[in-house]
Amino acid sequence: MYVAVKGGERAIANAHAFLAEERRGDTAVAELTVPQIREQLKLAVNRVMAEGSLYDPDLAALAIKQARGDMIEAVFLIRAYRTTLPRLAASLPLESADMACIRRVSATFKDAPGGQVLGPTFDYTHRLLDFKLLAEGEAPLAAEAAPLAARTPHITGFLNRDGLIQDEPADNTTPPDLTREPLELPASRALRLQALARGDEGFILGLAYSTQRGYGRTHAFVGELRIGTVAVEMEIPELGFAVEIGEVEITECETVNQFKGSKTEPPQFTRGYGLVFGQSERKAIAMSLVDRALRWKELGEDFTGAPAQDEEFVLSHSDNIQATGFLEHIKLPHYVDFQAELELVRRLRSEAAAAREAAE
Amino acid sequence: MSETAYNFGYLDEQTKRMIRRAILKGLAVPGYQVPFASREMPMPYGWGTGGVQVTAACLTPEDRLKVIDQGADDTTNAVSIRSFFQRTAGVAVTGATRDATLIQTRHRIPEAALTEDQILVYQVPIPEPLRFIEPRETETRKMHSLQEYGLMHVKLYEDIARHGQIATSYAYPVAVEGRYVMDPSPIPKFDNPKLNDCPAIQLFGAGREQRIYALPPYSKVVSLDFDDHPFVASKADHACDLCGSGVSYLDEVIVDDQGGRMFVCSDTDYCGARVAAGQRGRLSPPEAA
Repeated sequence: MYVAVKGGERAIANAHAFLAEERRGDTAVAELTVPQIREQLKLAVNRVMAEGSLYDPDLAALAIKQARGDMIEAVFLIRAYRTTLPRLAASLPLESADMACIRRVSATFKDAPGGQVLGPTFDYTHRLLDFKLLAEGEAPLAAEAAPLAARTPHITGFLNRDGLIQDEPADNTTPPDLTREPLELPASRALRLQALARGDEGFILGLAYSTQRGYGRTHAFVGELRIGTVAVEMEIPELGFAVEIGEVEITECETVNQFKGSKTEPPQFTRGYGLVFGQSERKAIAMSLVDRALRWKELGEDFTGAPAQDEEFVLSHSDNIQATGFLEHIKLPHYVDFQAELELVRRLRSEAAAAREAAE
Repeated sequence: MSETAYNFGYLDEQTKRMIRRAILKGLAVPGYQVPFASREMPMPYGWGTGGVQVTAACLTPEDRLKVIDQGADDTTNAVSIRSFFQRTAGVAVTGATRDATLIQTRHRIPEAALTEDQILVYQVPIPEPLRFIEPRETETRKMHSLQEYGLMHVKLYEDIARHGQIATSYAYPVAVEGRYVMDPSPIPKFDNPKLNDCPAIQLFGAGREQRIYALPPYSKVVSLDFDDHPFVASKADHACDLCGSGVSYLDEVIVDDQGGRMFVCSDTDYCGARVAAGQRGRLSPPEAA
């Protein structure tokens, strides 16, 4: 029994033992290994890496195992571990045009240099349960093709050539780091993108969806969505040049949004941007829609009061570790506060009763 | 796994009956959005679940189905939906507009004229033409009941004030039989005139938003405009580079990274038939000797 006063320590130890047993489940069923999770639940691993802000598939898989498949709990484990890591250096900006793409699609042009590559997508599968997967020993192989061209140019680059899309000038200022400094508002776009990239997939999805349904509409087209691996390079001061220290898989989405313009200014398309660790295209697309909605001020649009336009609302509520922590804390003991409320309500009621009696 | 485990056209008969009732109501009140209990389908919302449900409710084993996306039969999503009905209904399929009895479409109306023997089913993302003026459904339904379309005209007027013309190029709103303002789905406004006086039945299905609406044959459909800014059905100012057609809607294709591009018919059946009949465009391969 849950006894708050003194039995707390034993209760906690017992609860943890119970949790561990439940995590393992029926021991007659083989235990799940971390490599199995890493290889066969890869999209879950990707989500944990993205929202955990730590690119390490093995640790993310371990977190999923330990969290019994609770994704936010797994993200939490990764965030808590990330806290313990020293920051050694910063990499150079990733060059996504040099990505080795496994998927690259454009919704705005039927074809373009680099081609449309579907890659490993659920998009055109029929969502019929495949009971063959109930049986064991499955090892499907897909046909192979020659690797794509080394460099796949960005679709928005073609629009930019004609001045049809708003230019995005390069900016070499060091971006602020959300994980090292407190969030200050108003935030720069770099900081907003950082927050969105690690924000909760469901929350960002809901906000993006609300813009599609008229709450801060941005008329988005997916100009390009690409998934693949890119090299991570670092400047080594002793060497005086950059060396490749590894590679990461990322999903990048660029939206082309409805033009702005006026009688004096010719219309031009505008942009939204999303970048997420791993194959996480729902998140990348949603992020680019929310990014675009948040740019209303810079692009001279009206604030319509839509949640997705409200930077403070979005950035204050997108982090699921903050959100779940505060939400779930209300199940912790609040005896003291509640006792005070009890006393107050009793006093008010008795005063009201006394007043009624006096009046009668 | 065996597809025979599913009913003809995937949905059970009770569901199909419910959808048919909504379709009949839609046909009785042209342009009115009929709420219906849209089902979860084995493809995601946004992929055409509304169109798929309407098609499933209309299909008979004798039908010949054509599915297009962006005008083309070979677009990924068209291929997927066509194969879905081949698997779950076993109906015959075709790419030829003329041979089809039921055509499901996303974003286009075929170039070839339709007939009284055909049904055209549109996939609709946002059925509410007033949605981007007023986000609340409770409000927009009231506006439709009162035929209160002033805000829509103000929006079109503001476009003219700002851009010198109405800046809506697709999903261009129409008035149906002088009563309901309707969203024709995101077809380019080039296709709007084909909505009017069409011999075929036109059905519109919006799965996520749970709405069905319809245009019975030969309905009067007028694109909204002003006397001094009349509606213009526009397209790219080119001829098709493959078949030479100067009157079809065109896709722009980027061919290199030096700014090179070509224009081709978005309606692949129309273009293919013209090429087969010997028509040539700017980039057609030279005739075999």
